Amino acid sequence: MSETVRIILNGAEREAPADATLAAALLGLGLTRFRNSVHGEPRAPLCGMGVCLECRVTVDGRMHVRSCLEPCRQGMRVETDLP
Amino acid sequence: MSGRECDVLVVGAGPAGIAAACRAAECGRSVLLADENPACGGQIWRAQHAPALPPAAVAWLARLASSGVEIVAGAAAFDADPDAGLIRFERKFETLDVHCRRLILATGARELFLPFPGWTLAGVFGAGGLQALVKGGFPVAGRRVLVAGSGPLLLAAAGLLGRHGAKVLGVIEQTSLANLARFSLQLRTLPKKILEAARLAVAARGAPLRTGWWVAAAAGAKAGLEWVKLTDGWRETRVECDLLACGYGLRPNTELAQLAGCRVSAGAVAVDEFQNTSVDGVLAAGEVTGIGGVELSLEEGSVAGYAAADEPDRARAHFAARARYRGFAAELERAFALRQELKSAVTAETIVCRCEDVTAGRLGEFRSWKEAKLGSRCGMGACQGKTCGAAAEFLYGWGAGSVRPPVTPVRVGTLAGDSVPR
Repeated sequence: MSETVRIILNGAEREAPADATLAAALLGLGLTRFRNSVHGEPRAPLCGMGVCLECRVTVDGRMHVRSCLEPCRQGMRVETDLP
Repeated sequence: MSGRECDVLVVGAGPAGIAAACRAAECGRSVLLADENPACGGQIWRAQHAPALPPAAVAWLARLASSGVEIVAGAAAFDADPDAGLIRFERKFETLDVHCRRLILATGARELFLPFPGWTLAGVFGAGGLQALVKGGFPVAGRRVLVAGSGPLLLAAAGLLGRHGAKVLGVIEQTSLANLARFSLQLRTLPKKILEAARLAVAARGAPLRTGWWVAAAAGAKAGLEWVKLTDGWRETRVECDLLACGYGLRPNTELAQLAGCRVSAGAVAVDEFQNTSVDGVLAAGEVTGIGGVELSLEEGSVAGYAAADEPDRARAHFAARARYRGFAAELERAFALRQELKSAVTAETIVCRCEDVTAGRLGEFRSWKEAKLGSRCGMGACQGKTCGAAAEFLYGWGAGSVRPPVTPVRVGTLAGDSVPR
């Protein structure tokens, strides 16, 4: 089994595979709302390769980070949009 | 802000970029290879989670590691000024300016997504999209997955998902069985491709391939996808599933090339026999010049790498192989041409522009991409039309608009790292 790191997802400590991209890890944790659309609908990754920007989240206070291009790191703080 | 200089800058570290960088470095040039992903390999040779990479990938990545090429990962190119030999990147939230004598654009391709009701639900991905996420560590074991859309990528995706333990319910290919059969016959002239096709067919074993069908709609609740409606234009059927992987082939990533002033023809960067673009000192290789697969990308990358290193004879040695694979690419395009009926999946309420939530009903008011952008903000959101632009082109026949920097969203601070007036 691969090693894991601890990430803080919306304030809660969660485990993620150390060698995963953040988008993949969040999907693995069952996340279905990465961001809200301009009309407030939940959105989640589509393209998986940095093009569509549907997977963007806030990482360590930096907004609009494409989680599909971001490797998981120990202790990273991740905030998604909430309902 | 930081700056670098090199003889040859290669943007995009997929097969074409890797081959180009290796060839130029092996000719003694200082080479910098940049990619916005955390690791080299592009989409097809993406650092995989469980299964091993194909032998060609292992060989090229090893060659790259010992080539002396400087690799800059996690760097997103956002601006190009070919007159100054300058490409600007954002890396770790900072500006990186690279000055080069020759520039090779190997920015690859992205998936074409066509809208249908429910395509914004969680659980609906691109076919290559879900593949990339699984390679990135998204566990899909035991999940019920439907693969749909068009092109050889669907079989590759089904194979990968199956190897990761997903229950692949089927592969839904919009092209007809007749088109597919004609395509299979053409494969005979290309031995390596036959092997690949056979391997893919085996990988997809157990997952029924249905031709002449496509996705009409997807539905679910807040928690995401629950079922998908398929149609062949006459009949409809409903498939319950957890995940949908749906993509309609690939389209070249031409934005950076357009920004550099390179001529684009039929959606791809136009190149001469040495992979030179219309702009002096700027070359292009791989799928940015047209969709053709990994072998063609390697040959084009090799030609571009040698040409950028002023070794035309060594470049010429790859012309014959390149021509062979270009023939295959032409067959591919014919076999998987998109049927017009795919447009009928779109209803007035269907969102076309996901960034700005612009519906097809709204877009019906406009006559051109430019009008639609100005009137509805379609294509003006975070992805800058990279998703809806190609869809609108298919749906309404609108030509793509012009490209302006930054070609990917960057921080104001990154732009403020500006030291070069333009």
